Amino acid sequence: MRNTVISVENLVKKFGSFTANDNLSFEVYEGEIFGFLGANGAGKTTAIRILSGLSAPTSGKVTVAGFDAGKQAELIKRNIGYMCQKFSLYEDLTVKENITLYGGIYGLSRSLIVSRIGVLLDRLRFRAFENRLISDLPLGLRQKLAFSVALLHEPKIVFLDEPTGGVDPITRRQFWEMIYETAAMGITIFVTTHYMDEAEYCDRISIMSEGKIVALDTPDNLKKKYNAETVEDVFIKIARP
Amino acid sequence: MGKTIETSGIGKKFGTTTALEDISFSVNESEVFGFIGPDGAGKTTLFRIITTLLLPDTGEISVLGKNCRTEYKALRKEIGYMPGRFSLYHDLSVEENLNFYATIFGTTVSENYDLISDIYSHIEPFRKRPAGKLSGGMKQKLALSCALIHKPGLLVLDEPTTGVDAVSRSEFWDMLGKLKQHNITILVSTPYMDEAMRCDRVALIQNGRLLAIDSPAKIRAGFSRKLFSIKASGKYRLITALRSFPLTITSFPFGESVHVTFKDDIVPTGLNEHLINNGISDVTINETKAGIEDRFLELMETAGR
Repeated sequence: MRNTVISVENLVKKFGSFTANDNLSFEVYEGEIFGFLGANGAGKTTAIRILSGLSAPTSGKVTVAGFDAGKQAELIKRNIGYMCQKFSLYEDLTVKENITLYGGIYGLSRSLIVSRIGVLLDRLRFRAFENRLISDLPLGLRQKLAFSVALLHEPKIVFLDEPTGGVDPITRRQFWEMIYETAAMGITIFVTTHYMDEAEYCDRISIMSEGKIVALDTPDNLKKKYNAETVEDVFIKIARP
Repeated sequence: MGKTIETSGIGKKFGTTTALEDISFSVNESEVFGFIGPDGAGKTTLFRIITTLLLPDTGEISVLGKNCRTEYKALRKEIGYMPGRFSLYHDLSVEENLNFYATIFGTTVSENYDLISDIYSHIEPFRKRPAGKLSGGMKQKLALSCALIHKPGLLVLDEPTTGVDAVSRSEFWDMLGKLKQHNITILVSTPYMDEAMRCDRVALIQNGRLLAIDSPAKIRAGFSRKLFSIKASGKYRLITALRSFPLTITSFPFGESVHVTFKDDIVPTGLNEHLINNGISDVTINETKAGIEDRFLELMETAGR
C-alpha cells in the first residue's frame, strides 16, 4: 500500500452563501503525479489554496504532508514547493541570487544553501550560468531552474501550475522527464492545468465541476469509461454541468 | 483562389535578436490558417507586421491586395485584430465596448449583427456588465465580437485560447469554423499543437523560422519513420531504459506512453530482454500514427535547435 501524502475528507469551503468546494474527498500518494483539472470557476483555486496552507477549510479534514490544513498551515507551507509557469523567479536577480533567496526564505542554513546550490548547478549543468540574470536565460532553462528551486527545501509535495504551457516540444519533454525523475524519488507532484494534453502525462487526474469532483482515475481508465480518445474529450463531456 | 496574405522573405530584428528570418508564405481566401509554435518563436511579431503595426526590416508583404508599407491606412479598416492580451476597456460595459469599436470603424452594431450574433448571443444577457468583470471565456467572446464588428476581410487572432479552459476553447474553435461561410480569412496563432487540427493549413514556427507549411494531415504524414507507442508502469525507468538501448533513435514521453523510433523501423528483437533486464516487465508496444507534435519534434531535431 502506498503512503498517502494528501488526504482530503469531506472538504467544504464556503464564501458567504456560495459553496466553492462542495464535500471533496480524495487522496494523493507518495511519488504520484496527480493532475487537478476543472473548468474556469469550478473551485480548483480555492482547493489548492487550502492544500497549500493559504486558506482554512470551512469544514472537513484536510491533511497535507502529515499536517492539518486548519491548524498547522505554517507547517504545510514549509513542507511543500510551488512553481507556476508565469512567475517563479526574480528576473533581475542572477541564478545564484535566486537560489540563495529561496533557500533563505525556506529557512535553510547558510552552509546548507551553499552545498545545495552546488548540487543543483551540477545536476542542471548550470555552472556556466550561475552569475547570469534570469532575464537573459531562455524560457526552457528558466523553467528547469524554477522547478529545481521549488525542490530546494526538499518538500514532500510540489505544486505545479501549468508547468509546460507555451514551451517548445523538446523543452517540454525534458521538463516532464525531470518531473518523472522527481516523482520516482518519492516526491509527489500536484499539477493544475487548463491543457488537457498536459493532463495526459499524469498518473491520475481528477476533474472538478461546480465545486465537486466529478471524475477521478487514471487518464487511460477515464478514456475507456467515457469512450473518449483523449482526456480533452473526457473533459468536454463532463466538466460542464 | 485569391490570396489574402502574401509574404516573401520577411525579416525582423530587435537589436541583436533576430525575431523573424526569411518568412515566406501565402494564405488563401476564407482559409483558417494557424501559426503553431512556442512562446518566443516570433508569432506575435509576425502578426504585428501583418496588421501594419510594425514594419519588417526586409521582405515584401501584401494583405487583401494592399501593400502593408504604403497602404496601411486603408488596410487597417479591413483587418480585425484580437491581440493576445485582453485589450478592451475594462470599465466600459459589454455593450459599450461593442458600440465603441463599431463607431471607430464607421459602422453600427445592427449593420453587421448577423456576423456576430452567433458569438455575441452568449454574452448578450450580460451586456450591462463591465468588461473587466467577465469570465475568461466571456471576455474572449466579447473580444472576438469587437474584432468582427466592422466585417473585416481578414481576422487576426493572437493566441486567442491561451488561459481558457478546454470546453471554452473547443466552443471557440467551433465559432471560428462557422465564420468561414462569411468569407472571412482567419489567421490564428497558438502554442498548443493539438489545436493545429482545427486549421485548414498550419505553419510550424520556431526561433523565428518556418519549419513547415501544409495541411495538418500532410504535416503528420511527413513524419519520416515508423513510430511506436510504448507503455509500462514506471515511466521514468522506461524512458531511461529506452534511451540506453542501442537501436533506439529517439524516445520522448508522450502523455501516458513513450513515443519511440528504432533503427530499421522495426521493434528490435533484443528490446524485450533489455527492458526486462532493466526491471520492466509489463510493457505494451503498438505502432502509432505521428501527431503534429511528433513531427514538430522531428523538424526541430533536423533544424538543430
